[in-house]
Amino acid sequence: MEKRVTFKGLWLPLLLVLPQIVITAVFFFYPAGQAIWQSLFIPDPFGLSMQYVGLGNFEYLLGNSYYRASFVTTAVFSILVTVVSMGIALYLAVLADRLIKGSGVYRTLLIWPYAVAPAVAGVLWLFMFNTRVGVVTWYLGVLGYDWNHVLNGGEAMGLVVVASAWGRISYNFLFFLAGLQSIPKSVIEAAAIDGAHFWTRFRTIVFPLLSPTTFFLLVVNIVYAFFETFGVIHTITSGGPQQSTTILVYKVFSDGFVGQDLGSSAAQSVILLVIVGLLTIVQFKYIERRVHY
Amino acid sequence: MKMKYMLSASALSMVMAVPAMAQTEIEFWHAFTGRLGELVAEQVETFNASQSDYVVSATHKGNYSETLNAGIAAFRAGEQPDILMVFEVGTATMMAAKGAIKPVYEVMADAGADFNSEAYIGSVKGYYTSNDGQMLSLPFNSSTPVLWVNRDALSGAGIDPNVDMSTWEQVGEVLDQLKAAGHDCPMTTAWQSWIHLENFSAYHDTPFATKANGFEGVDTKLALNSPAQVAHVSAMGEWAQDGKFIYAGRRNEGGANFRAGECALFTESSAGYAGIKAEATFDFEVRPLPYWEALADEPQNTIIGGASLWVMEGQTDEEYKGVAAFLNFLSSPEIQAKWHQDTGYLPITTAAAELTKEQGFYDANPGTDVAVIQMTAKAPTSNSKGLRLGSFDQIRGIIDEELEAVWSGDKDAQSALDSAAARGDELLRRFEQANR
Repeated sequence: MEKRVTFKGLWLPLLLVLPQIVITAVFFFYPAGQAIWQSLFIPDPFGLSMQYVGLGNFEYLLGNSYYRASFVTTAVFSILVTVVSMGIALYLAVLADRLIKGSGVYRTLLIWPYAVAPAVAGVLWLFMFNTRVGVVTWYLGVLGYDWNHVLNGGEAMGLVVVASAWGRISYNFLFFLAGLQSIPKSVIEAAAIDGAHFWTRFRTIVFPLLSPTTFFLLVVNIVYAFFETFGVIHTITSGGPQQSTTILVYKVFSDGFVGQDLGSSAAQSVILLVIVGLLTIVQFKYIERRVHY
Repeated sequence: MKMKYMLSASALSMVMAVPAMAQTEIEFWHAFTGRLGELVAEQVETFNASQSDYVVSATHKGNYSETLNAGIAAFRAGEQPDILMVFEVGTATMMAAKGAIKPVYEVMADAGADFNSEAYIGSVKGYYTSNDGQMLSLPFNSSTPVLWVNRDALSGAGIDPNVDMSTWEQVGEVLDQLKAAGHDCPMTTAWQSWIHLENFSAYHDTPFATKANGFEGVDTKLALNSPAQVAHVSAMGEWAQDGKFIYAGRRNEGGANFRAGECALFTESSAGYAGIKAEATFDFEVRPLPYWEALADEPQNTIIGGASLWVMEGQTDEEYKGVAAFLNFLSSPEIQAKWHQDTGYLPITTAAAELTKEQGFYDANPGTDVAVIQMTAKAPTSNSKGLRLGSFDQIRGIIDEELEAVWSGDKDAQSALDSAAARGDELLRRFEQANR
C-alpha cells in the first residue's frame, strides 16, 4: 500500500515549493520564453535592430541539409555515448560488486575521471590521439594504421564518443554499484541454490531488479550527451571534419557565437527544447512501464 | 611573468589615478596573451607614463572570437569599453553596426587630433577603410602570408637551397624532387582559407567575392569558385594525394611540424617569425608567397590578417579625446617600429617602416622585410584591398570543411568550391537580412 504524507492547508505547501518554482522561473521559463520570442526575428548582433520574420528562421533551418544532417549526427552520437558509457559502467560495477578484497580501491580509482571537466577530458584525449605527437596515434602507426581524425569523419566521431563516455563511466558506475548492492542477497542466493548460473541469475534477476537505476541513467545520460558534451567537441574537433561531429547544441553555439546569427541560434534552441521535451515524454510514457520498482 | 606585468600595470594605474583627479580612464579590451600580452601591457604603460590626462586600462578578454563576443555582450548591456580589438574577419560585423561604433576618422576629427590617414600603409589600412577612403578602425596587428623554407631539408634532398621558388610551377618541381628523395613532408600550411583562397585571389588580382569583395555592399556573393582558384586548389589536392602536401589542421598546427624540421616548405603568416626563430634548429629562410605564372605575369599584393582597434559608441567627449591620443601614440613611428621588430607584425605606417630600415633591423634579420615588400610593391586593386564579408568567421569554417574534403580526396576542387560558395552565400544572405 502506498503511504502518502499530506499537508493540511494551502500556504505551507506553496511556501515549501516556492524556492524551486522561483529557480525554475528565473533560470528556465524566462530564458526559454526569450528564446521563443527571439526565434521569430532576425536581429543584428549588437541589438540595434530586429526584423520580424515569423517562422522564417525555422523554414531556413529545416531547408538546410546540414542542419537536417545534424539531427542524425546527434542521434548517432547520443546513442553511442549512452550505450558505451552505460555498458562499460555496468560491466565494471558487476565486477566490483563481486570483489571481496580491495573493492574500495577499485571504486575510488574508477570514480576519479568524473572529477575531470569535459573540456579538460577533451584536451587529454586530443593529446593521446594528436595526429602528430599523440602516443596512441604513434602506436597505431606502428601497427600500420594511419590515424587522422582531422580528415576522417568516422575517426573523429569515435574519438569524441570515447572522450565523452569516459568521464561518464564513473558516474554510471557509482549508480550501478549502489543499485547492485541494494538487490537482496537472499534472492540471488536462492536462485544459486536452484542451480542458476551467473549469467542466468544476471539476466533473470539482477538486470530486471536493476531497471529503475538503468532507466534513470538512460534519461540522465541522453540529456548529458545532448547538452554537456559541448566542451569535448569544442576542444577536439570543433564540429568537423565536414560537420561530421556537429551535434545540435554545438550548432547553436557556432551559429550564435561564431556566426553572430542570433535568430537562427534562438530558433535552434527552441527546436532543441521541443526535442528534449518529446524525448522525456517518450521515456516516461513507454520505457518507464517496463521498469520494475 | 604575466602576473607580474598585470600587477605592475594595475599598481601603476592606481598610483597615477590618485594624485590627478581629472584623469580620464580609457578602457581597452584586447585578445593577447603570453609574449604579445606583455608587449601590449608595455605599450599601455608607456602611454600612461607619457602624459597625465588619461589612463588606459587594458583587459584581456579571451581569444579573438571571445573578445568580439564580450564586446557585443557589453554593448547590449550598455557597458562597452572605449576600444575593442576585433580580428579582421569581424570587420564587416563591426562596420555594419552603425550606432555601436564610432569610426576612427570621426574620433580623430571630433577630438581635433592631428591625423593623416595617408601616413598609413595602403594595403594595411585598406582593409579597414570605407570606400571613400575614410579610416574606420585603426590597424593594430597585421601580418601577411609568406613561404617559409627549411634550407637544410632542400640540401638534404640534393636540391640547391637557393632554387627559385617564386612561382607555384617551380614549387611543384621542388616538391617532386623532395618526394623523389623520400621526404615525408615536402610542404604543409597554416590557415588554408586565408592563404590559399583569400590571399591567393588578391595575389592573382581575382575577386574572392562580388561587389569588390564586399566593400561595395552587403549584397555580395562569393566568387571563390572561379577557374583560377579551382586550378590552385586542384593542384594542391593532387599534391595532397601524392603525399607532397601534408595537411595538419585548420589553424597553425602545421607550424609544429615545420619548426621540428619535419617539413621542407611551409606557407604561414609572416608573424610566425618569432616562433620559428626561437625553435628551429635548422637553416631557415623567408620567401615571398609563390604565384602561378600561368595565371598572372606578376603577382599583385597580398592582403593582411590580424586585428584592428574599434572605438565604441556611447562614451564621453573627454574619453574620445583620450582614445584619439592613445591611437595616435600607437601609430607613432617609434612605438610602431618597436612593435614590428618585436612581433614580426607589419608596421602600420610608412614612417615606422623607414625607421626600422634606418635602425638596420632588416640587415641584421634578413627576410623580415619580405612581407613588407610583398604588401607594398603594388598599389592595391579592388580585388586586393581586403575582404568585407559578414559571418566570415563561419564562412571560413565552411571553406575549411570543403578544402578538407579535397585534401582527403572525397571531392574534386570544382565541386568543393562550388559547394563552399553556395553554403557561404546562404550565410551572406542571412547577414544581409540582419543588416538591412
